[in-house]
Amino acid sequence: MGINRRGFLKHLTAIGSTAVVGKATKGLAQEDFTGYPNSYGVLVDTTVCIGCRKCEWACKNVNNLPNKPITEYNDKSVFETNRRTHADTFTVVNRFNNSKNPDKPIYVKKQCMHCNEPACASVCFVKAFTKSPEGAVVHNPSVCIGCRYCMAACPFNIPAYQYDDAFTPEITKCTFCFDRIRKEGGVPACVEMCPVEALTFGKRSELVDLAHERIRNNPDKYVNHVYGEHEVGGTSWLYLSPVPFDEIGFRTDLGTTPIPKYSRGFLSMVSVVLVTWPALCMGFYSFSKRREELAKNESQNNKEEE
Amino acid sequence: MEKIVTRESWIRENIFLGMSFRDYVKSNLTPFNFIAALILIFGVPVMVYRIIYGLGPATNLSDNNPWGIWIGFDMMTGVALAAGGFVMGTAVHLFGMKEYRPLVRPAILTGFLGYLFAVIGLLFDLGRYYRLPYPMFVSLGVSSILFLVAWHVALYLTTQFVEWCPAIFEWLNMKKFRKFVVSLTIGATIFGVILSTLHQSALGSLFLLMPSKLHPLWYSSLIPVYFFVSAIIAGIAMVIVESMLSHRVFKEQVPKMAMNHAQFNSITIGLGKAASALLFTYFCLKIVGVAHGNHWDLINTKYGYWWLVEVVGFVLIPAFLYAFGVRNDNAKLIRITSVITVIGIALNRVNQSIICFNWNIEEQYIPSWMEVTITITIITIGLLTFRWIINRMPILYDHPDYEIEH
Repeated sequence: MGINRRGFLKHLTAIGSTAVVGKATKGLAQEDFTGYPNSYGVLVDTTVCIGCRKCEWACKNVNNLPNKPITEYNDKSVFETNRRTHADTFTVVNRFNNSKNPDKPIYVKKQCMHCNEPACASVCFVKAFTKSPEGAVVHNPSVCIGCRYCMAACPFNIPAYQYDDAFTPEITKCTFCFDRIRKEGGVPACVEMCPVEALTFGKRSELVDLAHERIRNNPDKYVNHVYGEHEVGGTSWLYLSPVPFDEIGFRTDLGTTPIPKYSRGFLSMVSVVLVTWPALCMGFYSFSKRREELAKNESQNNKEEE
Repeated sequence: MEKIVTRESWIRENIFLGMSFRDYVKSNLTPFNFIAALILIFGVPVMVYRIIYGLGPATNLSDNNPWGIWIGFDMMTGVALAAGGFVMGTAVHLFGMKEYRPLVRPAILTGFLGYLFAVIGLLFDLGRYYRLPYPMFVSLGVSSILFLVAWHVALYLTTQFVEWCPAIFEWLNMKKFRKFVVSLTIGATIFGVILSTLHQSALGSLFLLMPSKLHPLWYSSLIPVYFFVSAIIAGIAMVIVESMLSHRVFKEQVPKMAMNHAQFNSITIGLGKAASALLFTYFCLKIVGVAHGNHWDLINTKYGYWWLVEVVGFVLIPAFLYAFGVRNDNAKLIRITSVITVIGIALNRVNQSIICFNWNIEEQYIPSWMEVTITITIITIGLLTFRWIINRMPILYDHPDYEIEH
């Protein structure tokens, strides 16, 4: 039994220490991460967007999703409901009332925000998501087991699931046209398509400057906030708005803490438990065993005395 | 003294409970089995439907509500209620509280089957269930809390199987194997404590990453502690409920048990004492959580009232009822309170993962009848398995041929 226990504890320490080291390095890497330098982004100026939804068409076209002829995208009735992304729709444009100028509704394009520190990537237990140095958060369906934790954890409710596929369902979302932007001069399909230049593709750091410059130059036109600059630790996609962001469908209560950081307290506790629990348990066991032996000896002594 | 055992007599003794096949079938024509058979006849085709047609047609899951009752109830509640195995193992094997020994084996069996069927429920929920080993061996997402849950549940399932093995080998009369697995008891118990501490709290920690989706009254940095403490409570309450039911359902085994009626009541009261103390602690922690976030204003809202139902109705009141039962030596009250507590823990897990999740969006999830059917079917199969084992293996009583371990 002694050998068994020793062998078992040895194994346990090995498992424990790899977990500790593995987690510690991971934690450090996350600590000071403020997004890849030179990563790309898109600035969405909602004051410019006319709601033509051509970006939706271009997106489906480039991603080989079931699509309709481009002329059918003129249909304005879709704006009557607030839409979200789905398995075969990586981006949607929604319409909101303009509290500043009721005659001019605000159109807001929605797609993956490509967070600097993505919740989806940190919760995925098969490492299916990667934040590329270019800025894209890319999903690899070849390892996905379909637990859908990424969907539950995404603060923007972006990843969607192919629920109607019985055997090989996949998580789907905007890819930031990763295959295009990684090539020199490549631009996402939606940006390329936009007829009014509501979308500007470029280096994220430059886009942040550009956004603030626009606000500075037109303080009456915009609220003084660039959505995505700091939200959940910053996102690759940035938004400008004429009205407060909560009026056009954005959550303004997400805070600036990257979502993965919320798990750090627990993950650091894991190593503590792994190291201290075995010792504590052995301690309790020794105590109770000793107590038992003492009780046995005592009863034996008593018997002898008799 | 070796008895000559033919294959026929072995099957008759060990599988058909000493009856001929015909008598065995006859003995199974009971009202309970009739209902169970109805559930299976109805439920198994629904399971097949889910496999063939996929999650979309079978469930009410959506892009906004990706987790339903298979996660919120089967997994979250199942694993919490199955905590009795590690709680009783710790009490008896590590703390040396020998008077609770008769409850260890049933608790471990309940634990093992609870985990096993929680994982089976999970298989129906996973889009690509056939990739279940991926997080273990193919692509390791070590930064995910779910990674920890997956590994620990798998390891703990194995650990509990090892802890159950002595009963299997006693049933099969394999003395050498039995001796070997008994020697693993302390190691397995300690390993089980570590794994349980971590994955019970990790199941709650899954929600730490959803601060914007959970109602603030249920979101707290203390979630891991809540889940761990309430799992211990659930484990104890479940052991009381399970032992109560076993005494009724398996009446014929009661005389063989290592405890008489008075001892059984006194054990129940002892467990009630622990449950009371833990429920008071849990209640205080819940209050601390609200104080931390300074969410007092939310108490006077619709969700606030619901929170009060859970925290007062199913935590504070049972805590007092347990205390009252202990004071008055009232084992019956403790058993009733345990039923309330078990319901309370289930309510908490469902609140945490379904009812108070996505509280701020319009689209609310209500399970489809097929989801409910599959859950009920899995529970039924679990109960049948439990009964099959209890009727054959020395779980509720000590096998007369073997000395008591430790």
